[in-house]
Amino acid sequence: MRFDKTEISLALVAIACVLFGFVSPGWLIFLLTIALAKALVVQGVVMQMRSGLVSFGQGLFYCIGGYTVGMGGQFFGIHDAIAALALGMAVAIVVAMILGLLLTRYRDIFFAMLSLAFSMILFGILVKSQGLGSTDGFNVHNWTVFGWAPDTGADSQQTVFTMTVLAGLLIAVLIHRYTKAGIGVICEAVRENEVRVEYLGLSPRWLLYGNYVAAASVSALGGGLTALATGHVDPEMAYWTTSGEFIFIALLGGLGHVAAPFIAAIVFSVVRTYSIEFVPNTWQMILGFTLLGVIVFLPKGLWSLVSREKSGERT
Amino acid sequence: MTTILETRSLNKEFGAVIAAKDLNVKVAKGEVVGVIGSNGAGKTTFINMVTGYLKPTRGEILFNGKSILGHSPRAITRAGMARSFQVAQLFPDMSVIDNLIVALAAAESPRPSFLSPLRSDARIARAEEILAEFGIENYQNSKVTAVPQGARKLVDIAMALIGNPQMLLLDEPTSGVSMDEKTGLMDTVMNAVRQHGVTVLFVEHDMDVVERYVSRVLAFYSGEIIADGKPAAVLADNRVRDLVTGHRPTHKKGNGAS
Repeated sequence: MRFDKTEISLALVAIACVLFGFVSPGWLIFLLTIALAKALVVQGVVMQMRSGLVSFGQGLFYCIGGYTVGMGGQFFGIHDAIAALALGMAVAIVVAMILGLLLTRYRDIFFAMLSLAFSMILFGILVKSQGLGSTDGFNVHNWTVFGWAPDTGADSQQTVFTMTVLAGLLIAVLIHRYTKAGIGVICEAVRENEVRVEYLGLSPRWLLYGNYVAAASVSALGGGLTALATGHVDPEMAYWTTSGEFIFIALLGGLGHVAAPFIAAIVFSVVRTYSIEFVPNTWQMILGFTLLGVIVFLPKGLWSLVSREKSGERT
Repeated sequence: MTTILETRSLNKEFGAVIAAKDLNVKVAKGEVVGVIGSNGAGKTTFINMVTGYLKPTRGEILFNGKSILGHSPRAITRAGMARSFQVAQLFPDMSVIDNLIVALAAAESPRPSFLSPLRSDARIARAEEILAEFGIENYQNSKVTAVPQGARKLVDIAMALIGNPQMLLLDEPTSGVSMDEKTGLMDTVMNAVRQHGVTVLFVEHDMDVVERYVSRVLAFYSGEIIADGKPAAVLADNRVRDLVTGHRPTHKKGNGAS
């Protein structure tokens, strides 16, 4: 197997992140873990945006990933973190395979609203489920990795961070290959001209379906990692504002590179954390201005700063 | 000769408007058929019905003796009938060569790979050959929106031919192309079509192009076929002259005729 420059760069950054984790304070590790886990969910949003669809309901799979990890430990005795994450992805794939049959018939705002509707249905079900803690949710059971149990909270935090970085690396490499592979490029072709794709003998709907299912599994992984990091899941994970946050991060980063969602998620986390810290009553306004600034000055997202630099363009 | 395409009593109604009325057409393998008619005569509606874009109100469509009525455009394309469009249907954010590479990948398999790169050496080499065959190699790395209309039309037709269709339907291949470019474009297209042994049916407004390249003409008027036969006979037909072409001077048939 050969790795290209992007993949090698991603691996080097991932190694640097893991090493950085050993010398960083706990609060920073936690902030980075949540940002990177959310970036995985955003990767799912971006995969769909590349094919011309905007999901306003990616929180659905974020929540499925999180709740599967939580329920696996609490109710089914699945304490191995890797197994629980894999199960979360599997459940998301099954759900996406069912919902995708309907959703991929729709485009534009209809797809967006329908995806949101499914997410809100899950939110409604969870809120009414007393056994799952209703609006409070429930705590995630202590977990192990291949039989090893972290001794302290710090160990646990460090382990989830390392797992998140490694999962991020794996997913980034896979998505990088996916965007250059047949289905990735042809999904972009669907966005550009669905009629031509159809007249090349391909089914745009089934291409979008495959893309939707793949995006769901990636987003569920992000949800599962968030559950491990926070040790708690609640219905807010499926709420529309959570899905909105993923779109916000996707727009902030842009579609230009597989690394963009990771950078955007970290920037988002920093802006939000410091906004809440310094202007607790108006932090949403700060986020609003940030997005406004990005849309006006960097319509292709933060990544366009890097791509301009590479192409020698200056503003 | 074997019939490749047959329509039986094909009708299309849009509410009270009859866009196609009892269209009975048989096209033999290897024929080059021109479709003429004024705007709104039903030419594009006919192509759209045959290629699955529009569902006929009534009638039957047979391709190689098998019904393709109600089949999706992709199923019809896979069965061996490709088409180009009045306005070239391309992927505007991609380069010319990437448009062809997408078409090559689509022709290879209806299920694109999840992880193998689309731009393989073999596909790039094949796309370069096709660009050379169509004389548009200079535009290889240009975005399709940055190339002239004639070149865009050629890319559109090249993409349709990549799947090795048995039949090709061209919807106004020379529309929007300058008078100077028309003959060059059609010569290129017809050479490629002959090399691939493809049956062709094309809609055209330019009667010089029709006379030069087709072996048979279908004249449409108000959703009906009012004449069907050799170009000279159809273009000399009084109804065709009155309703379709107007009274124009006759030209000698050029050397590009099949």
